Amino acid sequence: MTWEIKDIQKWDWKKHPAGAVIKDPGNSCQFKTGGWRTFRPIRDDKICNQCLICYVFCPDSAIIVKDEKVVGVDYNFCKGCGICAAECPVDAIEMVDESKAKKKQVE
Amino acid sequence: MVISNKTIAAIGTDAVSEAMRQINPDVVAAYPITPQTAIVETFSQMVADGLVKTHFVAVESEHSAMSAAIGAASSGARVMTCTSSQGLAYMWELLYIASGLRLPIVMPNVNRSLSAPINIHCDHGDSMGARDTGWIQLFSENGQEAYDNTIQAARIAEHPDILLPAMVLMDGFIISHSIDRVDILEDEVVSKFVGEYKPAFSLLDAENPVSIGTFDGLYGYFFEFKRQQEEAMVNAFKVIKDVGKEFGEISGRPYDLFETVGMEDAEYAIIVLGSACGTVRHQVEEMRSRGIKIGMIKLRVFRPFPAKELAEVLSGLKAVAVFDRSDTFAGHLGGPVFLEVRSSLYDLPKRPLIVNYVYGLGGRDLSIELIDKAVGELAEIASSGQVKQLVNYLGLRE
Repeated sequence: MTWEIKDIQKWDWKKHPAGAVIKDPGNSCQFKTGGWRTFRPIRDDKICNQCLICYVFCPDSAIIVKDEKVVGVDYNFCKGCGICAAECPVDAIEMVDESKAKKKQVE
Repeated sequence: MVISNKTIAAIGTDAVSEAMRQINPDVVAAYPITPQTAIVETFSQMVADGLVKTHFVAVESEHSAMSAAIGAASSGARVMTCTSSQGLAYMWELLYIASGLRLPIVMPNVNRSLSAPINIHCDHGDSMGARDTGWIQLFSENGQEAYDNTIQAARIAEHPDILLPAMVLMDGFIISHSIDRVDILEDEVVSKFVGEYKPAFSLLDAENPVSIGTFDGLYGYFFEFKRQQEEAMVNAFKVIKDVGKEFGEISGRPYDLFETVGMEDAEYAIIVLGSACGTVRHQVEEMRSRGIKIGMIKLRVFRPFPAKELAEVLSGLKAVAVFDRSDTFAGHLGGPVFLEVRSSLYDLPKRPLIVNYVYGLGGRDLSIELIDKAVGELAEIASSGQVKQLVNYLGLRE
């Protein structure tokens, strides 16, 4: 069963399952939590030695790995805890103020 | 159908234990506390003797009792527990979790006052404090009703339109420790009446996994879930009536939201709940035989509160006295039953005068003389059209 929750914020009170029971386990991946972030990890691909330590330590599985290589950070789920930056042995990850990073993105 | 009851002499707690044995819940997690102790004691003995298949969890506190009950109910089990007074208070945060998760746990609560000062006797302060926890509350007049309400509570709580936990309330010592005549149904009749419990979900159902106890604190639908709980309470009116009627068919003892005595021609009336109903009824009937136009309403269901139905019955009266076995300590606002009844009458075009009598705190007896005193004042209110003192303390040394 897949529980369609795209428009959940518009749901009538009657539509929610009684007792807040979720009958579709694993659907938390549909609930994007990146908005909690105040600092954004920016990875410098030139410095990164692909040790994958950030991938191991990330508590939210937000380090995207393809073909055994780090290719980026999933900002939909990264909460900006900074563990990846702290653990990185070559200082390839910098924590940047989220609002500044966003501004830069727009520019 | 042929109604078959076996009449026994039993104290209230034994009547409740017998109902629990006949319901045969999957799990009972309970901790002893005066005056409920005899229920846990008798029921655990039944489990030890193989008279009931229930898995009995001997927990280390009431907080644990309700936690274990919630865990077991989440796993799809039919669950019961029982408590009193401080035990109920100790369950507090879990009471809200049981109703919020919509788990139909049934819990007899033997009413006892709350400390301090320490007092083991009856008043309704414990369960009245839990009136806003989202539990259904059924009050009992005697051991018979405690037995009958326990059996009905299982059906009411588990109804798919409700799915709320239910408390069965009985007065400490006055009901719990007094020997009374109790008519017991046959095991098969009770078993058929409560039926097989089909849980809405189960943590142990590996084919249909669920997440329960989820976090809802950010964008949040908490408000929506609370509205659903309120709707379940609205649905409960009909279900409680239906179940009460059906119970009458198997036992000869039908139940409604409340019971009336002499209300067809009464000019004034007393509203009361719990064991005091017996004494009040006795006196009301005696007065009626002398031509006094008094009536009585015995409130059985306190949650949900039958405001509309009560207002209809009370609408033609000159005056109403509400008896409360607990207080709200709100500055002479009155007891909890009084507040609800008074609020229920607000929308009537012509409201009866209303007066509150707080009585019996800490187990103080409600004597016939005290009822006479209250009725005398009520008659005076009805004839003079004036309430001199809104909240009165009946039986207080003053």
